[in-house]
Formats: sequence, structure tokens, C-alpha cells
Amino acid sequence: MKIYVPLDSAAKALGADEVADAIATEAARRGMDVEIIRNGTRGMIWLEPLVEVETPQGRVGYGPVEADDVPLLLDGKLASLGLVEQLDWMKGQTRLTFQRCGVIDPLSLQDYEAHGGLVGLRRAIGMPAADIVEEVTTSGLRGRGGAGFPTGIKWNTVLGADGPQKYIVCNADEGDSGTFADRMIMEGDPFTLIEGMVIAGLAVEATKGYVYLRSEYPDAIEIMEKAVVLARAAGVLGPDVLGCGRAFDMEIRVGAGAYVCGEETSLLNSLEGKRGVVRAKPPLPALEGFLGRPTVVNNVISLATVPVILEKGAQHYADFGLGRSKGTIPIQIAGNVRHGGLYETAFGMPLGVLVDIVAGGTLSGRPVKAVQVGGPLGAYMPREKFDTPFGYEEFDGQGGLIGHAGLVVFDDTADMRDMARFAMEFCAVESCGKCTPCRIGAVRGVETIDRIGQGDTDAIALLEDLCETMKDGSLCALGGFTPYPVLSALHGFPHDFDVKTEAAE
Amino acid sequence: MPCAQTQQTMDDILARHRTLEGPLLPILHSVQAEFGFIPEDVVQIIADALNITRAEVHGVITFYHDFRSAPAGRHVVKICRAEACQAVGGTAISERAFEKLGIGWHGTTANGAVTLEPVYCLGLCACGPAAMVDGKVVGRVDATKLDKLLAVVQTGAGA
Ligand SMILES: Cc1cc2nc3c(=O)[nH]c(=O)nc-3n(C[C@H](O)[C@H](O)[C@H](O)COP(=O)(O)O)c2cc1C
Ligand code: SF4
Repeated sequence: MKIYVPLDSAAKALGADEVADAIATEAARRGMDVEIIRNGTRGMIWLEPLVEVETPQGRVGYGPVEADDVPLLLDGKLASLGLVEQLDWMKGQTRLTFQRCGVIDPLSLQDYEAHGGLVGLRRAIGMPAADIVEEVTTSGLRGRGGAGFPTGIKWNTVLGADGPQKYIVCNADEGDSGTFADRMIMEGDPFTLIEGMVIAGLAVEATKGYVYLRSEYPDAIEIMEKAVVLARAAGVLGPDVLGCGRAFDMEIRVGAGAYVCGEETSLLNSLEGKRGVVRAKPPLPALEGFLGRPTVVNNVISLATVPVILEKGAQHYADFGLGRSKGTIPIQIAGNVRHGGLYETAFGMPLGVLVDIVAGGTLSGRPVKAVQVGGPLGAYMPREKFDTPFGYEEFDGQGGLIGHAGLVVFDDTADMRDMARFAMEFCAVESCGKCTPCRIGAVRGVETIDRIGQGDTDAIALLEDLCETMKDGSLCALGGFTPYPVLSALHGFPHDFDVKTEAAE
Repeated sequence: MPCAQTQQTMDDILARHRTLEGPLLPILHSVQAEFGFIPEDVVQIIADALNITRAEVHGVITFYHDFRSAPAGRHVVKICRAEACQAVGGTAISERAFEKLGIGWHGTTANGAVTLEPVYCLGLCACGPAAMVDGKVVGRVDATKLDKLLAVVQTGAGA
């Protein structure tokens, strides 16, 4: 009997290791022949630990399973969820980037290949570099790290640049609250990221790659490190990638707990062993990046999407989506929700559908008050904006951003003045210190919001003014976008800033 | 002057990282893994080995939240402060931890058992409030779960 128990850290945080141990112990006690496979997560976090048992009909799911449920599970008497692939959450998705996540053993290259892995790389090997770049450009893939810059265009700049050595740097700093897509794919299907980086290397003629992975993800670090060793042993990485005569190798580097190091130039400084201070652009990292050499910096999901683009063809990918937001986007649904997790779908689904239907509303059962989209620098969207379709331009048009595609849902007990204050406090803690509006402004922002909280209504105009200064005078989006959550809270929920009623109580 | 033991450990660490491009962060992570913090007397050794100034090494150590200048308690409890955890009651969990341990953020209990640290996102945003105890992830932390895990680290058999 084959039983799948996820090794994803969200599953572990909910007891998956204990469940796996209990299955092994109970099976041994009964003399049952059970093979336990530690897969990634399917992304249905509210069902974790989601245990799957292989049957002739397909994989049958049980969840959330506790260690105490294991005897019933092995008796075949535990209530099941049915076939996992047939669950609404799974059927509703278009899984391209995450096609294998939760399905395979993350550290089995054999399993990886049996499920379409390396097809993209093999195709890329037969193509001239410029054609690979062209394929990625045609797919319409845009950077999933937040800024949404077309990946193919960035690659083209690096391909055209001269240098003694070029690099592929994967941004796995994933600092945004409400996001975990990078973590999930690194833990659940690490070879996809490795394959994407090798293809990027062939496309721009870079032979060395780094993954800058946040230290808050010890499980992902361990899995990625093992995957790199396995890929090297199998010749996917090394001096002669799959026998094609070209080289590509990579290393995993661990961050040190600075949010700003997710910003690409700060990341490069950090990778070089410096303080993670943001660099002014130009020069673009594409031309003068790591150690001053031409460098592709891409988010995990951008790179991990490249294999499927090469596997299925650019047009197949580009046919999904909405307007200039092409393809699919792994949306991460988090915070106060009944059904939280990762949902990969074509761009275009309205925010309200995601929140009310896919996520099933709040966990607390109370009304949704606001959804912060795009991490700590993203706007709080009130219900009036729930018909906004999920796309870069569409969110921009509503004074928001999609960022790394995380949704954090709040119920009506949330105090938006507290959330605005937190945004300023976070900016103050994480500022790299280079620009005054960010370094000092964020501290003043906290104080100003406290004054509003004490009933000083004049301070509201001051806060607006301060936000303008931060927007205009900041070098990077940490200082420049902190006004998004602050002003969206202020404008969308003015009552939370109106303390006269509170004072009268 | 660092003691011979420290010097030996540093020689090993530096030798392991000699061929890396941009070796400083990996070196500092190794130092912290070895000593539990970044001892003052290794700064000069690192500076000499990498041919940079003490001030540069010091600047890097102090820039990053991860590096400590003094040893932590025997157990490190990190509680997520970020928005997704706040949306499901994370703030109340941190406040309960302050109260139970009698310390605030970055504090260590008087008996040296526990250090409490804030963390901004563990990627467990769909199963918050989230925490990490000695590198092990914990999700859906409520008052009962918190009390249990604090009891273990406070009385638990050392590190
Ligand atoms: C403060 C700040 C934090 C950022 N954090 C991340 C991050 O954690 N991961 C990421 O991929 N991009 C992050 N970015 C965006 C990067 O600067 C950059 O745009 C991205 O890595 C480029 O890759 P992409 O084109 O594939 O998105 C951040 C930007 C800023 C300003
Ligand atoms: S806006 Fe803030 S984080 Fe960004 S460069 Fe300026 S000081 Fe640094």
C-alpha cells in the first residue's frame, strides 16, 4: 500500500511528521506492507495533514488527519474526502507551474521525469539561446516577484550583455506576508526551479546560478540543497548539462532575516557579502548585477514557470489570462479564511470570487472587512472593490497591486488604523536606511497615526502629506509603496480613524 | 586575542568557504551555528581573511536581524507578527507569550531557558498564527497550544 503524507512545512506545522510516524509504527505493528511517500502539499492547507492512499481508482484523500486517526485509516474505516483530483479546489484550477506539486516525491528525479519533468530543458537544449528567450517573451510571462516586468525582455538584455561570467540569481526571499508559493514549490517540486534556472542559463549564456533563500524557511533550504546534489549527480547540473556540452551549476545561499533583501539590488549586495542596502538603478542588474556582471534576477515562480512554457509551448501558456496578464498565477489565500491555500488559475478571476467562493469567506464566520493584496506594501481592498479582476493593470487601476499574489483576508474585527500603523512600523524596522523619507518618515508615520488615535484630527492631513513625500522621495518600493496600505486603510475605512465616537463611549 | 580553540574553529570555517563568491554571509551563518552567536573576537579574523575592514564586517553583522552579538537562551521561540497571522489573532498570542514568559521581544528569561523573537512571516500564512520553536514550525497556535509549547521549553531538558 502506498500512502502519501506531505512534508511541506505547513503540513508539518499541523502535525504531518507525527502522522507519518504513527503510520509507520502502526503498519509495522500490524505487519502491513506500507510505503510512505512524503510528497509536497496540494495547497489545500485547511485539510493538512492531508493523507492520500493510492487505490486503483486514484489517490483517495483523508484530512485533516491526526496521529490518533491512524488505526482507523489503516482499517480503511476513516471517513474519506474522495478522490483528491476530484475535489472542487483541485478541479477549479489550471495547474501549470504547480502541475507536479503534491503529486510526486519532491526528491525523486525519476518521479519528476515521469510527470513531464526535463521535457522543457531537453527542448531548450536543441534551441539557439535567442530562440529560448523569444519563447519566453512570446509566452507573455511577467515577473512574479511583484513588479511584473516581462521576463523575456529582461533575459534579452542579459543575453546581449558582454561579461566574463553571467549569472542567474533566483529571488527566494519571499518576505511578503500572505505568500508561500515559492516555499511550496521549493519544498514540493524543487527540480522545477532547478530546471527553470538551467534553461535561463542556456538562454542568456550564464553558467552559474544562485538561489537566495530566506532563513525563515529551514525546510525549503534543506530540500533545495538535497535537490541540487541529486541534480548534479544526475548530470542535470554540472559542466555538461544532460550531455549538451554546455555548463550550468548552482548554489543555495541563505538570507539573514532582512525583508529589504527581497529587493533585487539589496539582494545582490547581500549575496556579495555586504549590507543589504538598495542600489540606485541604473545600472540595471541585467548589465551590472552580481559582482558587477550581467545577471538575471528572477522570482522563484517566474523561473519555475519556464519549464512548462518550454514543455507545452509559449502559445499554450499565453492563451490563458487576461489582457497583458498572460498565463496562470498561483494565488495564495491566507489570513482569516475558511479555505486557505494555493490556487493556481488563469489571470482574470475577480477578487470577490476568490474570497467569497474559493476561500469560502472567513474562518471566524464574520463578514469580510478587507483584503490586503500583494503583501505588506499592498493596498487594503474593501468589498466595494471585490469585482476587480486579478491582473496587473486591473489592480493598478484600483490603486492596488497584485505583488506576489498573496491575499490576506480580515474580518470585521480588524482595526484598520492598527493595520496602517503596523505598515509604518514594519517599514521603519525593515528600512535599509538609504533614504530619509523611508528611514525617518516611517517612524514619523507611526507617531502621526498614534496622534490620530489620540483624537488629533489635524494629524490626518499630515499623514497624507507624509505619504506623498514617501511616495516621491523613496528609492525603492519599501518606502515608496508603504503609503499603499496606509492610505487605502485611511480612505477605505475612515471610521477606523475617527476616534471621536470611541472617546465618547 | 581569541583562544586557540576559537582560532581553530575559525580556520576550519574559513577554509570551508574559501572558494565561494561572496563568502561573508555563509561564513557568518557558520560562525553563528558553531558558537550560537557572533563573538566579538572573530570579527578581526574574518576581516583579515577576506581582506576587508573590521568596520565592514561589523556593519554586515549589525544590518541583519539574524545575527546575534550575545548567546540566545537554550530555546528560541519565534512568533510571527505579520499581517496574515494578525488576521487570526496573532497579536493576542504574542501578548500571552510576553505575559507567560515575563519578557518582551528579543528578551531572554532570567533562567536562560527561552529567548523570544518576532518573525515577519514563516510562509505559514494559511495556518496561522504561526510560530517556530528551535527551527521547528508550528501552525494554528492558540492559547492552549502556546501554553503547552512554552511549558516544554521552559522546563524541557536543556537544549
Ligand atoms: C522591499 C522589496 C521587497 C521585495 N521582495 C521580493 C521577494 O521577496 N521576492 C521577489 O521575488 N521579489 C521581491 N521584490 C521584487 C524584486 O526587487 C524584483 O523585482 C524581482 O525579484 C524580479 O524578479 P521577477 O521579475 O521574476 O519578479 C521586492 C521588492 C522590494 C522593493
Ligand atoms: S525606500 Fe527605504 S528600503 Fe528602499 S532604498 Fe530607500 S531607505 Fe532603503
